[in-house]
Amino acid sequence: MCTTCGCGHAETRIDGKPIPVSSASVRDGEDPARRAPTGSGYRYVRVTRETDGHGQVHDHGAYGHRHADGTWHSHRHDEEDARDAACDTEAASTPAEAPEPVPRIVSVERDLLAKNDAIAAANRRFLDDRGAFALNLVSSPGSGKTTLLVKTIGAWDGRTPIAVIEGDQQTSRDADRVREAGAPAVQVNTGKGCHLDAQMVANALSRLALADESLLLIENVGNLVCPAAFDLGEAHKVVVLSVTEGEDKPLKYPDMFRAADLLVLNKIDLLPHVEFDVDAAIAYARRVRPDIEVILVSARTGEGFADWIAWLERGIQEAASRRADVVAALHRRIAAAESELDRSAAE
Amino acid sequence: MHEMALAQSMLEIVEQTARDDGADRVTVVRIEIGALSHVEPEALRFCFDALTRGSLADGARLDIESTAGAAWCMPCGMAVPLARLGEPCPHCGSYQLAVFEGDAMRVREIEVASTRRRARAPLQGEA
Repeated sequence: MCTTCGCGHAETRIDGKPIPVSSASVRDGEDPARRAPTGSGYRYVRVTRETDGHGQVHDHGAYGHRHADGTWHSHRHDEEDARDAACDTEAASTPAEAPEPVPRIVSVERDLLAKNDAIAAANRRFLDDRGAFALNLVSSPGSGKTTLLVKTIGAWDGRTPIAVIEGDQQTSRDADRVREAGAPAVQVNTGKGCHLDAQMVANALSRLALADESLLLIENVGNLVCPAAFDLGEAHKVVVLSVTEGEDKPLKYPDMFRAADLLVLNKIDLLPHVEFDVDAAIAYARRVRPDIEVILVSARTGEGFADWIAWLERGIQEAASRRADVVAALHRRIAAAESELDRSAAE
Repeated sequence: MHEMALAQSMLEIVEQTARDDGADRVTVVRIEIGALSHVEPEALRFCFDALTRGSLADGARLDIESTAGAAWCMPCGMAVPLARLGEPCPHCGSYQLAVFEGDAMRVREIEVASTRRRARAPLQGEA
């Protein structure tokens, strides 16, 4: 309790619950009537935070309210004038058994994507534990993602197990193509959804029986906007851009190019037939993501695949060595715990 | 339209917070949307209005606080404002920029109303 004025700032509770200081967010000079719900019929009660004459910052509750005539004013606890007294009478006349709704501010401070990100983190742990290297392939429709996948499965040539999660609004056509190419695939149909989210991938992982040290390729819904926001638990987002599109797409859809770690420029076999400035496309991508890596390929002819496969191999090795580090650390902890047990038993 | 998915998670956060607080109704939802984030504020508002019908936040006002983008310019070695992704440093024209502000999408706070005293079970001896 404040010993000067007797107000109990540390005991400020509304409906029995303490209000965190961060929720007392009323700023001096703000027009309270603007924030008071209009036409709602209830008095507006809020917690104000102020520095008083005795040098302590503390919270004061229940001093502002709207009157029946629509005027709004607040009371300071040290300004007991006639108007306040009248209000006290008005407040006292409110029947205790039927209180009016009491608005208050509750601090939240949570990211809109918090839930997705938590599931993505769990997916990432699941994949790391298995030494899997997972990529989230994103692009606009028709850039050749599925052809790139199918050709990658062939070119990977059994280096490690490979598996695919296919995201499309409808049909299992892509998963069928992948299975024909010899890799297990789970098709996720998003229905009206425009992107994969972490929960969809978690569900798909539970059906995939992923082998250790797998290469996992997740083909997102063809959409250069929405998938950018959603972490699936992948090691990298890989954006596929084809030379039949405009080279300025990185500037038009910067969110996606900023989210990606690798740009695969596909259909380079068509370069002689289209007006596409490769250097400009790369420069544009690096305007939004200065350190983005770039690989030029043709999924149709296999041109550039040596670079692409080498990039994937590096990723697999990194995933395997991360897993080896985790396993080695666990072994050390087990050994330490066992020797501790032996010592206890000997004593 | 991923704004629908974002509005859905926003509503989940808002309803959970309100329930934890014992509130009956949410009257205002205050969020922060960065200028460089993955969301179009007006689309989010549309989805929020559609999704909140019949929820604790039915009729709630959505206050969107827009925060400006800022990046660290490597050549300048200083923080610079950034209105949009893909734009250069306003001082040196470089694109060697690392965004550090303006990509947030957060629920800051909510205003709730409750009549919990009315809903309280009678104590022993009370009528």
